[in-house]
Amino acid sequence: MAPSRPFSHRLNQAVEGLMVWVLRFGGWISVLVSLGIVVTLVTESWPFFAQVSFHRLISDNMWTPLFADPQYGIGALLAGTLVTTGVALLVAIPLGTVLAIYLSEFAPTRFREVVKPLLELLSAVPTVVYGYFALLTLTPLLQKIYPDLPQFSMLSAGLIMGIMIVPYVTSLGEDSMRSVPMLLREGAFALGDGKLGVALRVVFPGAFSGLAAAYVLAISRAVGETMIVAIAAGLQPRMTINPLESAATVTAFIVQVSLGDLPHGSIGYQSIFAAGAVLFLMTLGFNLAGHVLRRRFHRAS
Amino acid sequence: MSCDGGFIVLPEHFFQRQKKQAHQRRAIDRWFQRIGLLLTLMTLGILAILLLNLAGNGLMRIDWQFLTSFPSRRAGEAGVLSAWVGTLLLMMVTAGVAIPFGVAAGIYLEEYAPKNNWTDFVEINIANLAGVPSILYGLMALGLFVYQFRFGQSVLSGGLALACLVLPIVIVATRESLRTIPANIREAAFALGATRWQAVWHHLLPYSTGGIATGVILAMSRAIGESAPLITIGALTFIAFLPPAPVLSHPPFLSFEWLFSPFTALPIQMFNWVSRPGEDFQPNAAAAGLILMLITLSMNGAAILLRKRAQRNIQW
Amino acid sequence: MVNPQSLSSASSEIAGGVVQSSPKVRIEKLSFFYGTHQVLKSVSMDIPALQVTALIGPSGCGKTTLLRCLNRMHDLYPGNRYEGSVHVQPDGMDILGPGMDPIQVRMRFGMVFQKPNPFPKSIYENVAYGLRLQGMSKRRDLDERVERALREAAIWDEVKDRLHQMAHNLSGGQQQRLCIARAVATDPDVVLFDEPTSALDPIATSKIEELIVELKKRVTVLIVTHNLQQAGRISDMTAFMYLGELVEFGPTNQLFTNPSKPQTEDYISGRFG
Repeated sequence: MAPSRPFSHRLNQAVEGLMVWVLRFGGWISVLVSLGIVVTLVTESWPFFAQVSFHRLISDNMWTPLFADPQYGIGALLAGTLVTTGVALLVAIPLGTVLAIYLSEFAPTRFREVVKPLLELLSAVPTVVYGYFALLTLTPLLQKIYPDLPQFSMLSAGLIMGIMIVPYVTSLGEDSMRSVPMLLREGAFALGDGKLGVALRVVFPGAFSGLAAAYVLAISRAVGETMIVAIAAGLQPRMTINPLESAATVTAFIVQVSLGDLPHGSIGYQSIFAAGAVLFLMTLGFNLAGHVLRRRFHRAS
Repeated sequence: MSCDGGFIVLPEHFFQRQKKQAHQRRAIDRWFQRIGLLLTLMTLGILAILLLNLAGNGLMRIDWQFLTSFPSRRAGEAGVLSAWVGTLLLMMVTAGVAIPFGVAAGIYLEEYAPKNNWTDFVEINIANLAGVPSILYGLMALGLFVYQFRFGQSVLSGGLALACLVLPIVIVATRESLRTIPANIREAAFALGATRWQAVWHHLLPYSTGGIATGVILAMSRAIGESAPLITIGALTFIAFLPPAPVLSHPPFLSFEWLFSPFTALPIQMFNWVSRPGEDFQPNAAAAGLILMLITLSMNGAAILLRKRAQRNIQW
Repeated sequence: MVNPQSLSSASSEIAGGVVQSSPKVRIEKLSFFYGTHQVLKSVSMDIPALQVTALIGPSGCGKTTLLRCLNRMHDLYPGNRYEGSVHVQPDGMDILGPGMDPIQVRMRFGMVFQKPNPFPKSIYENVAYGLRLQGMSKRRDLDERVERALREAAIWDEVKDRLHQMAHNLSGGQQQRLCIARAVATDPDVVLFDEPTSALDPIATSKIEELIVELKKRVTVLIVTHNLQQAGRISDMTAFMYLGELVEFGPTNQLFTNPSKPQTEDYISGRFG
């Protein structure tokens, strides 16, 4: 008995056809957003790069594009980003890795199931709150130890950024470590090794591309962070690598200029897009590297 | 070494060395266990310290007056009214855009799109978008929405910027939930004569609502806490008025004026107060921060519970 | 209730003479390609109506592939190609025809899978889904058809008091019978079984075998099975396949006791498998 309901069937066909188009458009949205970012950055920063020579970008000592006698040394901003990121990584990578090893190889399952989501909460805290904490709680604390520390410092901002990034390293790192098969561990245990030995000699190398992906993504996150450094590290671009000083990062500069008046097409307007373009290239590189590493890890496991 | 009736008897000092090695290994393990536990608790403790710090400085500042006043030059009179209303309106736009488009994109990529180089590229693209710094979304919104589309420095531009920011979260959450449904179930639906859309609508979406809801909550929680993109668009930090209301008491009962109004938001207000020199506004900043923390923590907590419950309910 | 004696007499009834009913499904020179790899090689077969036809053969011989050609399940995955024709009586619909909508085809066939796959919905909703797809919405009609299907699947008595509980609470064997109910609820012409009892214990298996023999009074059954004894127990006709080709096809009794091809004999006597 074949079903004989041609109308409802044709209706179904029509709905199916419509939905495919609706969904296909949704699928394209992400591509459109990417395109939007790239096109906007390129078109709005083009005038800036057209009139500022590459030579000035790397040789000028200061970054003051809005001044009467503008300086275009973007190195000042890059130094700020580099130092804060470096401090953050000095905290996040060792701490995050140790926590990942502990959670993956030592902690009981129940403990891990409770702790992991709690750790992820740490990365869900709004970054203004972290900024507040860095400026008003951590800095005074650090000043007790080192009284010469200025109100705004890259150290303070970097330390807090590191805490914020720890969950990225721990979560991804622990996932990678746990997917190393038990079989490999058993080989080492059977020879009489202890848990830490097995963790360092078998699991860590086995999970390496996954861990590397985690580190690279942590770097990307640190480079792109805005509010913590804008609040606690200062808004004055300064060419220095001393974390005990204040300086502006690429992101903080964009915030600082945005806080003022920004007529469309003015030099201030163009300069933030130029900074944004630089930022985009940096994080793009790290993101792609992280993606490739993560792919490689999945294929190997 | 001596041979004794076919067995090799190892000398005593060999055993002693093994024993010492074993001891050492166990001791190292015990130490690492202690250190690991300590560091874990310390790291989690930071979360607690943050909350307590904010509560200590700001809890007493939160009262009805605080929640219903506009910002002011006098710290004692300043409040978060325009801020939380702004956040609410922003979230309406963000949710209204990010959820349908994100879920649709997730469904398309997981159920409809053929697996070829193009879809690989889209996947890489989404992974990259998830890692793009939030301030760049603000820059895009500034060039595209504020000026190119002429939406101005408005709730609409801000909401769209945040929607683009959290879109990858929704897409990935949708895809992952759909992925956990075994091929078996899809085939059963198809074998009964369902079209692909019918299989999605009747089966796949209902079975994955837990995972999708979790992703949506996480996305909105992220959006509420973001300030960098909004500053870039030009969200004002001192707004002493509210955007026009979306609902009217006279026909046509719905208004869209609020979409084009200037605005502020909770994290922006907090940023403004933190940036002021002097101690006057610190309690205000702490209070705003406390409210933000409570909102984001409870949303994330709800997402975690949802995820655990979804995992328990349907076992494949 | 079917007793063991009549199970074996089923095939002997036919063994003596020519199959009376006209073929329900006529398969002509069916070939199937997965990419460039040819999985089915010009298979031709007449599947008789209202009988149980078994497809046997070693792993990889193409029996499941053949089954899934009939309801065009292969269309769901890229890279597949059919050649040849498959006609369904009484109207002669060409399943593989150029304009043929696979969904319409699927509504005429029911399929029961190797691993029970009920939807995570209630027992009632599982059976009702196929009916709803075909446009049925009146509560009373659905109730009636759901009950009929559950009775045909010999599971009505066990679930009649808990129709609105989740299907997952049932045992494996019960879930499979539920899947059978789901497949027969829409009155398909042919029900395709893909090794339906391979994941079940012996008691559940025998319950399902009994109900298949009952089912054939109303629908044509095509069953792929790895279990030679099962084929011998329940089928009227048997097709032996090897490496994508149909080697021999005939009444079960005859094929098992007096196979005409040496490959068939080797497989049945266990010399390979």
